[in-house]
Amino acid sequence: MLFYLLKRVGLAVVIVVVAVVLLYSMIHVVPGDPASVILGPRATPEMKQELHELMGLDRPFVVQVVSFLGKVARGDLGMDFFSQRPVAQIVFKQLDETLVLVLASIGWAMLLGIPLGCYSAVFRNTFSDKLVGFFSIGVIAVPSFVVALYSLLLFAVTLKWLPAIGAGESGQYMDQLRHLILPAFAIGLGWVGYIARLVRASMLEVLNENHIRRARAFGLPEHMIVFQYALKLAILPTITLLGTGIGRLISSAVFAEIVFARPGIGKLIFDSVVSRNYPLVMGAVLVSTVLFVLSTTVSDSVNAMLDPRVRERL
Amino acid sequence: MAEPVLDIRNLSVNYLTPRGTVKALRRINLQVPSAKVVGLVGESGCGKSTLISTVIRLMAENARVAAGEIRFTGKDMQQLSPRDLRAIRGRDMSMVFQDPMTALNPVFTVGRQMADIQYRDAVSRKEKLKRASDMLSLVGIPDAVSRLDNYPHHFSGGMRQRITIAMALLVQPKLLIADEPTTALDATLEVQIIRLLKALQADFQCAILFISHHLNVIAELCDFVGVMYAGELVEKGSVRDIFHRPGHPYTRALLECDPSVIAEPTRFLPTIPGEIPSLIDLPEGCIFHDRCPRAAQVCKKTPPPEVSLAEHHTVACHCLEV
Amino acid sequence: MNWIKQFFFRLYHEPMGFFGMILVALVILSALFAPFLTTHDHNALDIANRLAGPSAEHWMGTDQLGRDVFSRVVMGSRIAVWVALVTVSMSLGIGLVLGMMAGYGPKWLDAALLLLFDTLRSFPTIMFALALVTVFGPSLQTVVIVIVATTFPVYGRMVRTQTQALGNQEFIVAEEAMGAGMVRILGIHILPNIVGPLFIVASMDIPVVVTIEAGLSFLGVGVRPPTPSWGSILNDGYAYIRNTPWIIIFGGLPLIVTTLGFTFLGESLRDIFDPKLRRDL
Repeated sequence: MLFYLLKRVGLAVVIVVVAVVLLYSMIHVVPGDPASVILGPRATPEMKQELHELMGLDRPFVVQVVSFLGKVARGDLGMDFFSQRPVAQIVFKQLDETLVLVLASIGWAMLLGIPLGCYSAVFRNTFSDKLVGFFSIGVIAVPSFVVALYSLLLFAVTLKWLPAIGAGESGQYMDQLRHLILPAFAIGLGWVGYIARLVRASMLEVLNENHIRRARAFGLPEHMIVFQYALKLAILPTITLLGTGIGRLISSAVFAEIVFARPGIGKLIFDSVVSRNYPLVMGAVLVSTVLFVLSTTVSDSVNAMLDPRVRERL
Repeated sequence: MAEPVLDIRNLSVNYLTPRGTVKALRRINLQVPSAKVVGLVGESGCGKSTLISTVIRLMAENARVAAGEIRFTGKDMQQLSPRDLRAIRGRDMSMVFQDPMTALNPVFTVGRQMADIQYRDAVSRKEKLKRASDMLSLVGIPDAVSRLDNYPHHFSGGMRQRITIAMALLVQPKLLIADEPTTALDATLEVQIIRLLKALQADFQCAILFISHHLNVIAELCDFVGVMYAGELVEKGSVRDIFHRPGHPYTRALLECDPSVIAEPTRFLPTIPGEIPSLIDLPEGCIFHDRCPRAAQVCKKTPPPEVSLAEHHTVACHCLEV
Repeated sequence: MNWIKQFFFRLYHEPMGFFGMILVALVILSALFAPFLTTHDHNALDIANRLAGPSAEHWMGTDQLGRDVFSRVVMGSRIAVWVALVTVSMSLGIGLVLGMMAGYGPKWLDAALLLLFDTLRSFPTIMFALALVTVFGPSLQTVVIVIVATTFPVYGRMVRTQTQALGNQEFIVAEEAMGAGMVRILGIHILPNIVGPLFIVASMDIPVVVTIEAGLSFLGVGVRPPTPSWGSILNDGYAYIRNTPWIIIFGGLPLIVTTLGFTFLGESLRDIFDPKLRRDL
């Protein structure tokens, strides 16, 4: 198990390093002065000069990358030249909002998707199973930002049931919750389908296994067989999916945050792209990549822990 | 004979397949007396497994009971609701499966699984685990108390089969169904498991319906034997009758083919010529006629009658030398 | 010809796939014949008629510059189909070559390529795109690069696994023993065995790709205006969502039709040809 964890963490570190190098070297690929690429059209010559010294842009490229990596490892993502605040501070301030959104989305998707999948598997090949399957494929296919726009139009603009923009007053939990519903609905909807399908498929596989037949032969109640004996095995692929899921949801969160004008890391990246503030973009993309890699690593490890066979083989 | 624990009367089971109706079991009559061991032999595909899954009512989705009835302790299994069936399974009737490697849930500890099957009993979890570990020691698992916390993959195949036997006996069933419990194990383990079953059966006084295609296992363990061929029970009787005075040509052939009874060295193991008939288009007359060395004209036309040779010993054949 | 006939027969009896095929045909036909279907010049401004509701003249109303939304939606299908075709075939090609190299080549190459695949798959697509856009500026090429860079690892991994599985099979080992070269083995024995499932996965990737293009264009970092993309139509409509909801409604519909169509079709294709294939999530 320890060896497995080490290997998995090692891979994660390598991926993050590659990401850093890639993000850093991108500015050198375009012709022209990297400083003007980084700072965009709003930069003054003084700022460019300052950046040149700060980043050591006149040093060899490899030295620059290594020193940048070193800084990142210490949690220093550089300075935002426009606000004169550390990038890390700006990014982490926005991170909470995004995490709340992502967790709320995956949370409701699991709460609905897992029972739907179990239901479909238990009543396989019935009309309602086919209906669930049709619904699942449909919601997976439709782009989340279209769902976001339509739900904004319907529930916020037309029906006025829920607030349209923002994340609510800080401290007012009910208000924040009301602001959370539509974005979480929009980006979680597709995942209901994903999870339902995955749970159904692995559930069907597990329900056909010998030990389930034995459990039935011992007269165990059906709910115990489905929700305990089978689900604990059938849930394993779903947990793996959640790992990559949280990463992908961070991507979808960009849209939800922009459509609903919610603060968050996606909105931050978008605003920085519009204002061509590369240090902020780089910092925020880096943090979300780390988050992505982290969630995959954690889910793989959790998966290994849930399945005693995997746990000990590793 | 007192009222049998399991009484199968005139049972026929079909499988509905795209190629047609497979008549997997036809007119089976079999009784399992209480506290006796009844063996069922036959080649693979002869319907043994269909028979037991019908008895415990865990049939494949496309299986249909076409005729007949199964009475278990006097109750007609076909009439029972799923709830009543569940009340029987794992209390009055339990089962040991063929493949010990997959018969236990891999993600729960053995203790948890053994406690769960006692879910009906209103005793503390501690008491349930105590019973479980006692049972494990009884089936010969050393250090049973601490092994309750182990997962199935910590045990070898033979050990796992001991565990499933322990589970099956833990509920103190009236009838234990053993579906080729030793087929997946090697020969020395097989002997151990059979001896264990025999000893435990004597202690627990439960009836056992034992499925095998291994004749010497049957001979060692059983009181009565049924011989199945292509979905029919062609002969049944006491172990002594079947092994010493086999009536049906198929039973004889089976006995002759058993490698353990072949006295002289030979280059070719004896086999029964021919193939099992299609169960979709059944031949007229006797099911065994085209492989039977003694087949007469009547065998091709008329199904054989059941002839009683001795008490409990019946044979379905036209050509008995009485 | 027989298998084509059989294919359509099977599809006809698979209501979901049939439905998907109709939707896909709708999108492809509208992309092919876009110039004949539009009722107006999709870029013609008509400021006097800006933000007008649906009418006999403008079936889907007009946008903030008075352009006919219906004509823009129809022309938008060209961008969507073009991006889907270009990116998916590029990803397929790159994935196929790198995947076979990883699966058949030496161990170090396999490890290196696997690391590449895993790394590229570990980027949040949209954010990666946004970073690229900051550097290179928004353009169709950026969209294509981003999509290809994030989708080819999926094919690469799949091809690698299949190549390895095939490479260990006896007939390949026998060929090797008889001195067959790498090109022969990969081209004659391995390639034909892996393209089938690959095409199914590719068909299921089309809605994903269309979504990414539309999403980036919606964010204003994809297709440059005034080229009509469904995403940019939605972007136009977003600013006026309170008063003129039809731009959003009609801008989103073709996206739903396309993604649903390709997904239903892809699902049925998989069910028909390769029920065991599981998409690598």
